[in-house]
Amino acid sequence: MSDSSVIDRGQEAEFGDFVQLLKPRVMSLVVFTAMVGLLVAPVPVHPFVAATSILFIALGGGASGALNMWYDADIDRVMRRTANRPIPAGRVSEGEALGLGLALSGFSCVMLGLAANWVAAAFLAFTIFFYVVVYTVWLKRTTPQNIVIGGAAGAFPPMIGWAVATGGVSVESVMMFALIFMWTPPHFWALALFMKDDYSKAGVPMLTVTHGRKVTRAHILAYTLLLAPVAIGTGFTAIGGPVYLVAAVLLSAGFIRGAWRIFRRDETMAEADRYLAERRFFRFSLAYLFLLFSALLGQAALRSLAIGGW
Amino acid sequence: MAIHREHELHSRRIGRNLGLGLVLGAFVALVFGLTIVKVSNLDPAAAAPQVTGTAQ
Repeated sequence: MSDSSVIDRGQEAEFGDFVQLLKPRVMSLVVFTAMVGLLVAPVPVHPFVAATSILFIALGGGASGALNMWYDADIDRVMRRTANRPIPAGRVSEGEALGLGLALSGFSCVMLGLAANWVAAAFLAFTIFFYVVVYTVWLKRTTPQNIVIGGAAGAFPPMIGWAVATGGVSVESVMMFALIFMWTPPHFWALALFMKDDYSKAGVPMLTVTHGRKVTRAHILAYTLLLAPVAIGTGFTAIGGPVYLVAAVLLSAGFIRGAWRIFRRDETMAEADRYLAERRFFRFSLAYLFLLFSALLGQAALRSLAIGGW
Repeated sequence: MAIHREHELHSRRIGRNLGLGLVLGAFVALVFGLTIVKVSNLDPAAAAPQVTGTAQ
């Protein structure tokens, strides 16, 4: 083997391809929720320590994204939506993704421990382990409840942010976890309803494929109904307040209305208007989480001015 | 295979190398900043008993 055969691969990986491995769009959600978790905590954190902590939490999330892309490269090659990711497109090798993911995992946890505390670092390590081993390797390909379990990994960041400030766990941080945990299934199942990705060809047991679309619609409604008490209940904890409570009630009412509309439709109705209600529900779900966490942030700002808290 | 000072590979990978350089530079700045914050923000309450302890 001449060395030119090693160097001259069809497509050279650019710096951006390695950034793509870290799933920057997922990272933005991690940054936002971790930041809220950190800022609503009752213990003040030095701004520089807070910024670096959030950066390393995001990097840990990115590392788990790279490890996910390494393990799921075979699925990504089959599905249209993911075929242009760096590994299936041949720009980055699987070994490079594995190396980057492992290195960044270790790096982010150690640096978070040094910057903040070791409880937060252990939390981050567990999150990476949960997303990569429990979700990606173990459950994603074996159970149609994969989205529910995967949602737990996405729900940890506000708890890590809270742990950065307080060094522990409390009712408030568990409620923020529950909020994202209950929100994830309706959010992703709505996407699965209108994206119609070829999960069955890729061997991923999505609920839409294994139990049908009617059952998926019922599941969306059930999780949305369970989400509402969590969202409203958070308003009665120490991080809640009247402003958040009003936001939670209004947003939850809108979310349940959308889920009810999805539940009442069948496939012919959905085909007729090209999944308009499902698309709307998906977009609203993003706004729902963003506004709810923004309301928590707003409530914390009011509390610092000694107004509007319980 | 002849080794040139300016191999074609260098120009092809310039984006990656610059990117990595910037990331490493940013990391050094970050650790430095963190050190400054940690050193100057030592909790006076935690340090106080030691000070009185040595004074007695």
